[in-house]
Amino acid sequence: MDFQPDTEQQMLIDLVRRFVREEIIPLEAKLDPDASELAPEDHARLVEKTKAMGLFGIDIPPQYGGPDIDIVTRTLLAIEMAQHRAGLYAPCYGTFGGAGLAQIFEANEDQKERYLYPTLRGEKKAFFGLTEPSGGSDPARAIQTRAERRDNGWVLNGSKIFISGADRAQYGIVFARTDAAKGRAGITCFILDAGTPGFYVRRVVHTLRSSSYATELEFKDCWVSDRQVLGEVNKGFAVANDRLTRQRIPYAAGCIGVAIAAHEMAVEWAKLRSTFGDKLANRQAVQWMLVDNEIDIRSARYFTLEAAEKARRGLPFRTEAALAKLIASEGGGRVVDRAMQIHGGMGMTKDLPLERWFREMRIRRVGEGPSEVQRMVVAREILGSSLR
Amino acid sequence: MALPLRLGKPWRPLVSDEVDRLPGQLGVYQIADASGAIVYIGQAGARSPFGLRSELQREAHERGTGHQFRVEVNMQYRTRWFELLMVHKADHGILPPDNAKNPPPLLGRLDPA
Repeated sequence: MDFQPDTEQQMLIDLVRRFVREEIIPLEAKLDPDASELAPEDHARLVEKTKAMGLFGIDIPPQYGGPDIDIVTRTLLAIEMAQHRAGLYAPCYGTFGGAGLAQIFEANEDQKERYLYPTLRGEKKAFFGLTEPSGGSDPARAIQTRAERRDNGWVLNGSKIFISGADRAQYGIVFARTDAAKGRAGITCFILDAGTPGFYVRRVVHTLRSSSYATELEFKDCWVSDRQVLGEVNKGFAVANDRLTRQRIPYAAGCIGVAIAAHEMAVEWAKLRSTFGDKLANRQAVQWMLVDNEIDIRSARYFTLEAAEKARRGLPFRTEAALAKLIASEGGGRVVDRAMQIHGGMGMTKDLPLERWFREMRIRRVGEGPSEVQRMVVAREILGSSLR
Repeated sequence: MALPLRLGKPWRPLVSDEVDRLPGQLGVYQIADASGAIVYIGQAGARSPFGLRSELQREAHERGTGHQFRVEVNMQYRTRWFELLMVHKADHGILPPDNAKNPPPLLGRLDPA
């Protein structure tokens, strides 16, 4: 496959690249190195710009008002949007808008009116409540939050952990076990309003990602009506699984964007910095590090665009998405590490974005399915269904 | 095991002799009035020239006498700062008065057990 951008794609890439360099990076230079939000007035001003560019709500399907840009192009743009200090987890500080949770597009009309459309209008934010203290890599078996039938509805009891944005959200999607005997076929997805009695955001969970936190949630006799079931009872795992696969492509793209930015910094520094009478760029040890960066970036880009291309064509892309996520998160981490090594002491400081990328990139090997799970997905494909 | 939610160190007087001995590290701090009521929760981020020391020196200079402080060295100063603000709001229903004048946008809610 040829993944060279066509003329239209290149035009959009140039547009986003200019936006990042002329709008985002100068503003970012004035923020705390761990900030993940712009001042509200700056955010509003830049949203107007992305709307004028025709790129606001880029991930929203066209039938819901999105700009109708295919997933390969969106992946190329996601690589660009990540190329700044906060870019891995807050690409362009959200000024390109969001599409909300993918699952909510599967909602019925009543739920779309109450949740999807307000989300697309920017009036509501949501959280995704899947991972539990019992584990996140194998949600089908690890989910212990129970939902029991009562009073024409469901009563939730249990807890979730590592949930982003639950303290600020107006609603969330929560997965609970509705049939203990059925394994993955006994999980149901619920839409939960943040103000529902019995729903608590118990604590902040601090991580390496010091710009933003996760939360721990508790459900204590938390009653929701049948209207809050997303999809069908006992078919919630398919909803979760579909999301996890799709999310791996932009997740990989973010890693590539940061890797490119770190690599460019390393190349520039190697040409400037002299030690023992010669430029770093003339040292074979440094040259090889830069070549290894190039290999990691090009491999990740190829596998990620391959997954996106298969998704664009409507072909199965589960294996390709797993490979993309695996290669981009591991390779991206190596690139940032080498860039820090080339920068020496300065690479460790908060003066440069490398230390933030290093911490955040480490999380990417675990988030959205750890490397080991991605390898399991690929192994199943190689070895056949007998391992499933 | 969750970390303690609230700062529990004893209050120290907000005077030069005390704050000049603080480390130049990143972290969070609380300022209280003479009765021990928290009036401000702050952070010493990476743009503070000498971290907690310079932030508290500035606070002492601007606030004058009659205040107390306590600090926590913490590399996760931003998320810890948000956490302390949310815990204070959960405990008291409102932010400390000097934070309420300029509240952070999009502060979440917390229901500590």
